[in-house]
Amino acid sequence: MTETVLSVKNLTTHFFTRSGVVKAVDNVSFDLAKGEIMGLVGESGSGKTVTGFSLLGLVDEPGRIVSGSITLKDKALTSLSNAELRRWRGREISMIFQDPIATLNPVLTIGRQMRLAIAAHERTSARAAEDRATDLLSKVGIPSARARLDAYPHEFSGGMRQRVAIAIALLHRPSVIIADEPTTALDVSIQAQILQQMRVLAAETGTAMIWISHDLAVVSSLASKLAVMYAGRIVEQGPTATLLRNPRHPYTAGLMNSLPAMTKPGTPLKQIPGTTPSLLSLPPGCPFAPRCQRATAQCQHDPELTIHGDRGWRCFDPVGHMDEVSS
Amino acid sequence: MNRQSTPFTRFWNEFRENRIAVLALSIVVLLALLALFASFVSPQNPYDLANLSLMDSRRPPGFVGTGGYTHWLGTDPQGRDLLSAIFYGLRISIQIGLAAGFVSLSIGAALGILAAYIGGRVENLIMRLVDLQLSFPAILLALVIVALLGQGKVQLISALVAAQYAYFARTAYGAAKAERGKDYIEAAVATPLGSRLVILKHLLPNCTPPLIVVATVQIANSISLEATLSFLGLGLPVTEPSLGMLISNGFPYMMSGRYWISVYPGVALIILIVAINIVGDQVRDQFNPRLRR
Amino acid sequence: MTDFVSLENISRVFGPNLTTGEKIASKLGATVETRSIHAVSNVSLSVSKGETVGLVGESGCGKSTLGRLVAGILPPSSGTVLIDGSPVIKDGVKATTRVQTVFQDPFASLDPRMKVGETVAEGPIAHGLAKKSEANAYAAKWFERVGLDPVWLDRYPHQFSGGQRQRIAIARALAMQPDVLICDEPVASLDVSIQAQIINLFLELTRDLELTTIFISHDLSVVQHVSDRIAIMYLGQIVELGPVDEVFENPAHPYTAALFGSVPKLVLDDHELVRFDTIEGEVPSPLSPPSGCFYHPRCPLAGEHCAITGPEMTTIPNSRSVTCHNYQRQLKQK
Repeated sequence: MTETVLSVKNLTTHFFTRSGVVKAVDNVSFDLAKGEIMGLVGESGSGKTVTGFSLLGLVDEPGRIVSGSITLKDKALTSLSNAELRRWRGREISMIFQDPIATLNPVLTIGRQMRLAIAAHERTSARAAEDRATDLLSKVGIPSARARLDAYPHEFSGGMRQRVAIAIALLHRPSVIIADEPTTALDVSIQAQILQQMRVLAAETGTAMIWISHDLAVVSSLASKLAVMYAGRIVEQGPTATLLRNPRHPYTAGLMNSLPAMTKPGTPLKQIPGTTPSLLSLPPGCPFAPRCQRATAQCQHDPELTIHGDRGWRCFDPVGHMDEVSS
Repeated sequence: MNRQSTPFTRFWNEFRENRIAVLALSIVVLLALLALFASFVSPQNPYDLANLSLMDSRRPPGFVGTGGYTHWLGTDPQGRDLLSAIFYGLRISIQIGLAAGFVSLSIGAALGILAAYIGGRVENLIMRLVDLQLSFPAILLALVIVALLGQGKVQLISALVAAQYAYFARTAYGAAKAERGKDYIEAAVATPLGSRLVILKHLLPNCTPPLIVVATVQIANSISLEATLSFLGLGLPVTEPSLGMLISNGFPYMMSGRYWISVYPGVALIILIVAINIVGDQVRDQFNPRLRR
Repeated sequence: MTDFVSLENISRVFGPNLTTGEKIASKLGATVETRSIHAVSNVSLSVSKGETVGLVGESGCGKSTLGRLVAGILPPSSGTVLIDGSPVIKDGVKATTRVQTVFQDPFASLDPRMKVGETVAEGPIAHGLAKKSEANAYAAKWFERVGLDPVWLDRYPHQFSGGQRQRIAIARALAMQPDVLICDEPVASLDVSIQAQIINLFLELTRDLELTTIFISHDLSVVQHVSDRIAIMYLGQIVELGPVDEVFENPAHPYTAALFGSVPKLVLDDHELVRFDTIEGEVPSPLSPPSGCFYHPRCPLAGEHCAITGPEMTTIPNSRSVTCHNYQRQLKQK
């Protein structure tokens, strides 16, 4: 049993907008072990990004964490004041965004930004800070790192900029990094380079990672464990390969089957009918029921999370079969 | 999906949430109605000489004059009921403000959108001209034009338009330039639809939000600019006294204790301009996507 | 088979397009970018009637520009695009309605202030394909064709989801009764479960309406699914062209092989640790492309020759073409 660094219990985040309450994150629970990479998969509006923001305490008005607890290394983040949270953010838990331009200051050199980020949490000599920055930049695959410290963000390509953002997120060797679709905007060849490096870095530094993505293939090649979100809740979770090989929730199964790779070219894909529900007007009961071909009267009620060993799902009538007993 | 959700109803529902803006809007509407129906709501027609009596001149607020009714805001040196004069003055001020506002809006929007759509030399020519003009103070320009053209409603409106169209042109240009690069315009061009159709049915409607914001502010500005010109004696002829001229008429009496002749038209002017500006601010906030929730 | 859409040595150069200020600045000795970008250089391609050609490549490879050249949105700097023998652009203006475009982002490609019914009917009315009095019925017909309820014709784009909007955009393109459809990343901004719906709709429509299609995408699995032939672009050139299964089976260009190797695949085995065959380095700036073959600095097969002379497009067996000196070393021998 490895050491748990992050434990989320019944996290619920709502947005109180003028049109009503948006239940963006609903009763989400999971644990993350040291050095573990968890994939958080879902479509737009499924609550995966808000989950990430909630963990960092970055949910802005009109949103609020309504209930639940977040425990990072025995410290309950949900009970911390904003000032205390700020000390934790960046040091123990940090985030990488889809668009690195949003996190980098355009008027400061990369080196300056990295030195400032180090100085925010600890006192080191300028020399040591520079060495650490250089070391991390070369680790994430930036050639001639020391010379690049003097460059401004616009002098980097999109892929290089994302690498810089990753290096900054790693500066304090945080226990947890939340990566929100960090490779979605990048080309496949650059994405492949970065995925490769991330896996090595996680193993080397022992940093646990939550990799938020809509791309099952990306997540399956990176994460050892997977949580699938739909309409603000985790509908299925478990070890990546087992889960993808034998999905139990009809939504996960539908997602898998709708991939072009699953059907002979030129023939119709197996689509999930309907559209993702608005979080403002969720139907009572299981939110997936209106799109689910297996739905029965029973689905008017909300299914609880069913746990079986290391897997869990929220469905009365799961697809697939019980897993073979793992060795 | 809400069936009744047209862009307008959504806009109004959001507007309604700001009580101060609603109050300001009601004041603007009230003042506009008073101005429109000035001849019905005023106790007296201040420009019918037969109604005036010099006996009533410069009387303080609350005075009951020879006409047998109370002058709630007092009278001016010609014996006019100030309340009535303010209603009539409002009418002229609002007329001028609206006329100048709409003419500058049309000219400015047309120039700005054409510059953005056509691009190249036309764009350079129009926009450099506009920039050049924006570097002059509006009041100076208006003064020069009124001095050249002489007095009169048309002349005054022309001066105001000349001083203000550039703001609309700048705004329209900025908005159109941004919209021009968007996919839906490219889709229309790719159909292909003619330039006239693209401009009138796609570009123009999408440039209206910022133009409406500028229009509200500029109508208020026209009104105050007109008041300034009238105060300086360069506005309308004496036969059509706007608020500015009423203020100017009472100015010599300010120091002799007869404050009301100047102050009440001034207060009316301030209320009108502040109310329009509050409405304009709210409209701007609602059109600004950064402040959207 | 006759060529229905034909491109012969098409190029598109984006000039430095200096503003007056920049011209003055450059006269005064400031460093102003005066080089131009060859977004598409010397591309030749013929598409037969009813065929779907997939156009893939990384960002900046010129695939979108090429799509816009065929769609008549941009005039080519040199060369002509012919559809059924007649040019798409005359005197710098689009001269045909036979080619229509579906854009990537359905949130941007629909006019937010126009009712969707009007958006669909506007083009056909302007070109006499529908009478103004029948506009609603005409739009309704296409709405049904793409799987939307015609009662929604009076709504505005913001009232629809992404997938529905893309259907509207497709209806707008089809209402012009085109022969050729350019799809510029039509599913890239949609959710996975919605992507499948739109791809199915697309497959059904191209078959039923016998559309000739150029399908631009960075997603290889999507392109593989919908295309008959595939063209791979790198820095403004087509490096490989051929039937989709042939190319996927046995790539002839080293770049094609590397691109395929970079795509993450679904991993269904607990113990397998995926290795990506990553391409070294990044795509060079199109402002200063490398000498010789544009791919040589990153190419594992590059020889001295590659840095000096750029390869011509060569036809190889199985109706394929490739732009590489060393393609024989790349091809798997059977």
